Amino acid sequence: MFDDFFIRALVAGIGVAFVTGPLGCFVIWRRLSYFGDTLSHSALLGVTMAYSFEFNIAISVFIISSVIALILIQLQKKTNLPGDALLGLLAHSSLAVGLVVIGFLTFIRFDIMGLLFGDILAVTVNDLIIIWAGGALILLVLKLIWKPLFASTVNYELAEAEGLNPDRAKAIFTILMAAIIAISIKMVGLLLITGMLIIPAAMARNISDNPQKMVLFSIIGGLLSVVIGLFSSLEFNTASGPSIITAALVLFILSLLKIKQSIQLKN
Amino acid sequence: MGTNSNTLVKLKNAGYQQNDKWLVKGVSLEVEKGKIVTLIGPNGSGKSTTAKIALGIYKKFDGEVEKYTNKIGYVPQKVSIDWTLPLRVRDFMVLTESLKEEAIDEALSLTGVVHLKHKNLGNLSGGEFQRVLLARAISKKPELLVLDEPVQGVDFTGEIALYELIKKISEELNCGILLISHDLHTVMSATDHVVCLNGHVCCSGSPSDVAKNNEYKALFGEKAAQTLSIYEHKHDHVHSHEGEIKKN
Repeated sequence: MFDDFFIRALVAGIGVAFVTGPLGCFVIWRRLSYFGDTLSHSALLGVTMAYSFEFNIAISVFIISSVIALILIQLQKKTNLPGDALLGLLAHSSLAVGLVVIGFLTFIRFDIMGLLFGDILAVTVNDLIIIWAGGALILLVLKLIWKPLFASTVNYELAEAEGLNPDRAKAIFTILMAAIIAISIKMVGLLLITGMLIIPAAMARNISDNPQKMVLFSIIGGLLSVVIGLFSSLEFNTASGPSIITAALVLFILSLLKIKQSIQLKN
Repeated sequence: MGTNSNTLVKLKNAGYQQNDKWLVKGVSLEVEKGKIVTLIGPNGSGKSTTAKIALGIYKKFDGEVEKYTNKIGYVPQKVSIDWTLPLRVRDFMVLTESLKEEAIDEALSLTGVVHLKHKNLGNLSGGEFQRVLLARAISKKPELLVLDEPVQGVDFTGEIALYELIKKISEELNCGILLISHDLHTVMSATDHVVCLNGHVCCSGSPSDVAKNNEYKALFGEKAAQTLSIYEHKHDHVHSHEGEIKKN
């Protein structure tokens, strides 16, 4: 059944949505949208490394993104530049270096558009294994660090004072971010991965009154976006990433109607 | 101050500096099981800093901290919660420890806010939020409670009731409490030991026995607060039940 490229894309997308749902909630809660952007821009460098050394793309992207995250943490400690400036610096310079490196790799035919915006034709059975095994591992680790990570997201000092070791949870979460970008790059493309993290979670925020509900709706929103997006990608011959993100945007707009309703009810 | 098996946390000559400025320096104190230690002092005197050193929130401190428990309940002075996070009182109660439904209800009832259990944390008033903070800290039945201005924003009658509750909790759970207050008058009936800070320890000792007397408080409330909360804690007189002053 995995012979069909569309089935493969669908299975891959569903796997990605299960992971981006809960991680996306933390991205919103911890205000990490631009951090996610920076990591995914640096993913291009990871992809070129993979091609240069004939290495697995997901693993290569994971390594480069983790390194960029570590550099960011060091720069935050060592310089007086504000966080957003550092994020911009790393995002654009790693994107630029990645594109420059591509220029040198004349012996390989690159599908840059596919890389930037996702390509459902490119998903292989191997990718499926990476997405589902990697995704399961990410979710398992997230479940293990959930309490300290969530508590420190609500209030860092409470978590620290009551012995939950929030710094460790934060470091592990950073690695999980690099991992989700690595496994979802083929589906969504590196320019739009952050959209897959943020938009379903933002939609979920509009219709949730507690964290568990928000995570659940975020997963459901992601799944719907993937299914609707991929079918329309097939129908209209559009790139898979933008189609998925557009579907997510439509769901977000629908969730705004619910807010409007509840405001009217209150009045 | 010798360490005994009842000691929960002990600071020896502890200090903390930020941007080359000492926030607090040379603090020694010890919190034991079943005892309430109160830190008083003016704004910026290092009360919260001292608590954060004791809790391990500040890691690069001066001096020594010995901690003998990991079961800690903390009520911070300032809690800024980001409302991008949908959080009900119930979710907040289980933030650092999983609790049974009955335990949540019990703690919320003790501080008088069980009716707010399903409310969104962002919709609470300052006093209500403070009661939830206290309920959360006591719900996990900690061995050490650190309460940084736990009744700020609570109305006056509620304030007295909450201090009585804090006293009761320290007895029932046999937990040690490090209490921070700017107003010794309202807390002194519960306190075993007072440390007065102003960047360093100005003085420390037990509040006078007489201060526990209700008639005394009724008669000389304001005056008592003044004499006790200002930094001269050498009492050269006691007050009798009738409110007379006797020289020691």
